[in-house]
Amino acid sequence: MTTIIEVDRLSLRYNEVTALDDVSFTLTGGKIYGLLGRNGSGKTSLLSVLAGYRKESGGTVRVGGRPVFDNAEVTSQVCLVRGTGDAASSGIKVADVLTFASYLRESWDSTYAAELVEMFSLPLNKNVGALSHGRRSALGIIIGLASRTPLTMFDESYLGLDAPSRYKFYDALLAEAMSQPRTMIISTHLIEEVSALFEEVLILDEGRLVLHDEAETLRAAGSAVTGDAESVDRFVAGLRVLGEKRLGRTKSAMVYGELDEDRRAEARAAGLDLGPLALQDLFVHLTEPTGDRS
Amino acid sequence: MFDDRSPIYRQIADRIEADVLTGALRGDEQVMSTNKYAAFHRINPATVAKAFQQLVDDGVLYKKRGIGMFVSPEAPETLRSRRRKTFFTDVVDPMVAQALAIGVPVADLIDRITHQANGEVR
Repeated sequence: MTTIIEVDRLSLRYNEVTALDDVSFTLTGGKIYGLLGRNGSGKTSLLSVLAGYRKESGGTVRVGGRPVFDNAEVTSQVCLVRGTGDAASSGIKVADVLTFASYLRESWDSTYAAELVEMFSLPLNKNVGALSHGRRSALGIIIGLASRTPLTMFDESYLGLDAPSRYKFYDALLAEAMSQPRTMIISTHLIEEVSALFEEVLILDEGRLVLHDEAETLRAAGSAVTGDAESVDRFVAGLRVLGEKRLGRTKSAMVYGELDEDRRAEARAAGLDLGPLALQDLFVHLTEPTGDRS
Repeated sequence: MFDDRSPIYRQIADRIEADVLTGALRGDEQVMSTNKYAAFHRINPATVAKAFQQLVDDGVLYKKRGIGMFVSPEAPETLRSRRRKTFFTDVVDPMVAQALAIGVPVADLIDRITHQANGEVR
């Protein structure tokens, strides 16, 4: 099932604080999207608006063509899983949390939920409050996956999970995406570990959307140009420079934008070394507070 | 396994091509399905599909409707001839440049290549 998401000039303010500022994008749906940003960049705010937990201060947000806030028709189709689950349910047994979740979603698959409970070895009779950090995260993940909502969002859902459990989560997520295609948004800053799962990537920085593109495009989009400082400066003139490093006469400039064969030949002729820039580095440079952005 | 420094579809295609060249994948042999490959390597299925599509376009793989993807019988030759085209610019030219930079005489280079090709141990 594909659910189109249209966000137009969205802003969100809490009193004096601007959490989201003029954010616009369209997600065609049916894919796994990665939402990247540093702490406090607005990831949770954005997901909360998409889930209808918060009302936008300005702009419009539509899921499946309809506004989200106070619209049960839409919010019943949406599931947002936050970090370690919602604290309100701490005095309740795991089994009951799953039962409540099943009441909330008509798309809930209880057979699948039981499989996941076994996979993550979750104790059904324990109180949620008595669960470890990681097990609470696993409970959230189970709710997100088994809800089978057309729009499912995981907000840093790996927090507290050990590496084997995180890989179980990634495997389950991919298996779901293939057997029950739907729109999934994963917010994270563990980029290296999960980015291969994403088809598209959005990067938020200080409440603004700095980038939205296919993950594969981004993997080809960054280069590190290294060589004699003057030659580097000449070569990168007119390109978007994300950051620079200098050691004596040698300089390395991180540039954004794919370089075609002509440009590459030009770099070789100028004695410059062109290296790839990993998605992680691209993210770091795009969201660096004191970075050189031109 | 796959890294974030270049498009993953290209890395997948490179790897399958390498398997064809070494004979690990043979002509008319079935390759893993897109979904299996994606699950096995933890990669987005759309990325894998893009790699397989490119290999089909390049004549390395062919599709059998409803069954899956197979290695083209002529794939090894296709790949070898493609690599031959870039062999001198990608491999030989940089080697010669490096040899000259460190003062290895061209005659020594030729000598070495001749011995290697004849299987003689020096």
